[in-house]
Amino acid sequence: MKLGYFPGCSLQGSAGEFDESLQAIAPALGLELIEIPDWSCCGASAAHNLNRLLALALPARTLALAERAGFREVLVPCSACYSRLILTRHELEQDEGLRRQVSEIIGMEYQGTVRVLNILEVMGQIFQDGLKGKITKPFEHPVACYYGCLLVRPPKVVQFDRPEDPRTMDELMKKIGAEPIDWAFKVECCGAGFSISRTDLVAKLSSKILADAQRRGAEAIIVACPMCHANLDMRQEKAEKWAGKKYSMPVLYLTQAIGLALGLPEKKLALHQHLVPVSFPVKAKPAAKAKAETASQPAGQSEE
Amino acid sequence: MLSQARPGSKGRPLADRLREFTGESAAKCYQCGKCSAGCPLAAEMDFPPSQILRMLQLGFPTLEAKAIASLSIWLCLTCETCLARCPQEVDLPKIMEFLREESLREKKFHPQAKEIIAFHRAFLDSVQAAGRLYEIGLIADYKARSRHLFQDVLVAPKLFWRGKLKLFPHLIKDRSNISRIFSKTLGKKEPSG
Repeated sequence: MKLGYFPGCSLQGSAGEFDESLQAIAPALGLELIEIPDWSCCGASAAHNLNRLLALALPARTLALAERAGFREVLVPCSACYSRLILTRHELEQDEGLRRQVSEIIGMEYQGTVRVLNILEVMGQIFQDGLKGKITKPFEHPVACYYGCLLVRPPKVVQFDRPEDPRTMDELMKKIGAEPIDWAFKVECCGAGFSISRTDLVAKLSSKILADAQRRGAEAIIVACPMCHANLDMRQEKAEKWAGKKYSMPVLYLTQAIGLALGLPEKKLALHQHLVPVSFPVKAKPAAKAKAETASQPAGQSEE
Repeated sequence: MLSQARPGSKGRPLADRLREFTGESAAKCYQCGKCSAGCPLAAEMDFPPSQILRMLQLGFPTLEAKAIASLSIWLCLTCETCLARCPQEVDLPKIMEFLREESLREKKFHPQAKEIIAFHRAFLDSVQAAGRLYEIGLIADYKARSRHLFQDVLVAPKLFWRGKLKLFPHLIKDRSNISRIFSKTLGKKEPSG
């Protein structure tokens, strides 16, 4: 599969591990990604808070460049970028006057010929044909698949999966050997762009997500968005402080989980970049349980 | 009520201009309250989302002014939950976008929105200069604007040593195109505040 690629600013900065892990798994998946020449920031999440035309013009510039470069489909792994691009495409499709106005602003004709794809859509397609032979180290952990807001909403615009209980990521995780848990916070918001300006609110929202995942036995949360990752990983300490309890919940990009299942080395998947260490209580859990059981046995039967 | 002045809006109800600018109509809402029930930050807002809509529906200038000066419009995360669940498909995130723009234009924003606006401004400054977001620049700019100089001094080095903070900005080639976009939308000078 050959696609245009819009990494977005986060993937070149604080979410570098999303890009690195995607590039690392791409060859094994037969995925060829070609960066849109001279792409610019989509404006998320600031532009749509201050100026509507700017919020449309910034994504339109990148889409117009993709058209010029001859792409028909563009993969946008960051869900915030994905949302801005697909919303822009939708709004300009609905309103011819606005399309012309935005074309004038960006100094390029925007036609609307490029399809915008999210990472789950693309991975779902690839895995549909089966990758069984390539999964050498099944990722055998109970995981909480966290979709966040922007991959599934607004449903009329993204037209992808179910808005309340999406399944794509869960199915993907099953295919790499993981066990997706049933939980309540799949599509709840983590606080998105407030990571720096209102960390107090992010701590509160993220804490609820982390607590539910932990309560239901997840060993990791799987995400597909740099903002979700920042709020759940980078801000996990703040969330723990707010809730007054430890979560120690690893948060992985889905591309990292896939990479591990493909047998790629951790270094190539940039797992070391996370603030919460990526470690699993694989064997420790049954042992701890056994220990607890022996401990609860009447004295005299065991020295433990 | 008609005698009440509507500052900066040429006496026209806000709902009319909303329809003009966004194609959305506040009148579609029948106040079921699903948006407020599902909003992740409704509890933090001064008015829940459905109440903001009600303020626009009634068309009283005093209530419109309250909506524009509310904290709610700045706390909206654009998570799109309200729109996804609205039986009338009222595009509330787009309405919030419109209200924020009005609030800036009329310089009537809620004092507690200061940090949030400072962050958005710092973000766009960075994009305007380089064409792409430069995170270290964004944080420095935000700290200067918000005067929260010591925020995250403990977390920043951790990010840096993990390679998450890049020292230099990525500059795009056609930066004049970005300048053009900014000057044609935000204007040569950004709105003060």
